[in-house]
Amino acid sequence: MTSGSVSARQHGSLAWLVLPALAFFAAFGVIPLIGVLLLSFTSWNGIGEITPIGFDNWVSVLSDPGLVHSLGVTFLIMALSWLVQTPMSILVGVFIAGHQRYRTVLAVLYFTPLLLSSAAIAITYKALLDPNFGLGASLGIPLLVQNWLGDPVLAIATVVFVVSWQFIPFHSLIYQGAVRQIPASLYEAARIDGAGRVRQFFSITLPQLKYTLITSSTMIVAGSMTLFDLIFVLTLGGPSDATRVLALDMYLRGFRGNMMGPASVIALIIVVVAVLLAMGVQRMGGKDANESRLEGA
Amino acid sequence: MSADRPNYLGSIASFVWLGIIIIPVYWVVITSFKPQSAYYSSNPMLPAEPTLENYQAVIEADFLTYFLNSVIVTVGATVPAVLVSFMAAFAIVRGGRGRFLRFSNTVFLMGLACPLQAVIIPVYLIIIRLSLYDSHLALILPSIAFAIPLSVLILANFIRDVPNELFESMRMDGATEWGTMWRLAFPLTQPALITVAIYQGLQVWNAFLLPLVLTQSPELRVLPLALWAFQGEYGINVPAVLASVVLATLPILALYVIGRRHLLAGMTAGFSK
Repeated sequence: MTSGSVSARQHGSLAWLVLPALAFFAAFGVIPLIGVLLLSFTSWNGIGEITPIGFDNWVSVLSDPGLVHSLGVTFLIMALSWLVQTPMSILVGVFIAGHQRYRTVLAVLYFTPLLLSSAAIAITYKALLDPNFGLGASLGIPLLVQNWLGDPVLAIATVVFVVSWQFIPFHSLIYQGAVRQIPASLYEAARIDGAGRVRQFFSITLPQLKYTLITSSTMIVAGSMTLFDLIFVLTLGGPSDATRVLALDMYLRGFRGNMMGPASVIALIIVVVAVLLAMGVQRMGGKDANESRLEGA
Repeated sequence: MSADRPNYLGSIASFVWLGIIIIPVYWVVITSFKPQSAYYSSNPMLPAEPTLENYQAVIEADFLTYFLNSVIVTVGATVPAVLVSFMAAFAIVRGGRGRFLRFSNTVFLMGLACPLQAVIIPVYLIIIRLSLYDSHLALILPSIAFAIPLSVLILANFIRDVPNELFESMRMDGATEWGTMWRLAFPLTQPALITVAIYQGLQVWNAFLLPLVLTQSPELRVLPLALWAFQGEYGINVPAVLASVVLATLPILALYVIGRRHLLAGMTAGFSK
């Protein structure tokens, strides 16, 4: 057996191993991506005939104030989610990276939201925040008795709180892993130099978490662009469209309003904006990484 | 040593955070055991007149059917997804010089940036044209597809770490690539396979949009959809609605108790690298 013929046979026999995975992904990933582009130039009610109508959907959607509103709501929730989730996740992550017994026990409890589906979390908060029979009302705490999901401003605040409650544990978990990989020698050197706990956090921990921060931020940005389940169950976009994010806008137009063409336009806007934002976050990190490497040299 | 002083501020903050996380969870569990009458009259933070009637009501509302649907769809999607992803990852690592395999790898990498929400309309159209609408397969097939890109990426990274000498010695013994894949790479990749299976399994278990769009019969509902429908029908009976939330979460909670480390590693599949 010469090795040449063996490896030739092997490489011939290897390529087909990729086919099942490729076929699945082509059928339900690649073809639909092309499909959504084609559908954006058609009129389809979801049941009947699909008829080409040129750029009509694009013109109507891009000139629709409803789209601007949905984009605005999505970006607002994204920005607020990032501002709430990032500092909290870093603090919690740093805290549970410690090896003391009580921190390990707390960590187990901190992760409980990870076990719940978005639907379960939305249903829980809907009952808990009920102005008449919810937790605040039953306890008689006036501050907590607000029309949380009935007032436009409060509804946005509530959505940001619930999204953060759901996802901070996940990001904490990522930061915990990253903190545990920071070499202990860095902290020892800092202690010898007389740096206190706060100084160590800002001079060592935070810079060392940079790549994790980029990963986590990318996921918050991409996740905010496709936020659907939680808002669908919690508010269905209400009150009066105050929480109508892009993915929900797409669903309601397409599957409730039977206008699949305009919905396809919004689906494409979701992909393009999500990819651009994710690349932007990565690039911001990449630039800084090079600079900090240069500074270290 | 300044860092060895007790961190009072941190300790207080850590318990405030514990409250924020645990109070809603505690309230759900406590309330799910209350009769509806006690829900309006009792202190919300204390147990009152514990009863199992809410759980009975939820189970009588076909909960077992929904549970089985979730199991069928989750297992039916996760096992094939992990297997085909493993085969693809093995081929990409071991024969990556070939143009076709490089192209496949690129397709999977770009697939990472393709969210389900963006292609749900064409997926719905394809499922209708395949006459699969309102069936388990309607959920299983797209779920397999959307699990593939990330699974291939993680598994390929893992297979790359297998020392080449091991592959060489298998080849010396006359093993085929097919045999090497299952007898050498598969057992060595086990930790990553478990991580990927847990991660993708959870994604499918908790998925809401696919079942919402691709099924309509009540008897085909998966748990997240069933919770939402149940809340729509019994919304006024809050303790029963919360009992359904507890029941739907129990399987994952059991997983958490049995294999916390595996589950948490699976949660952050490949993100903490």
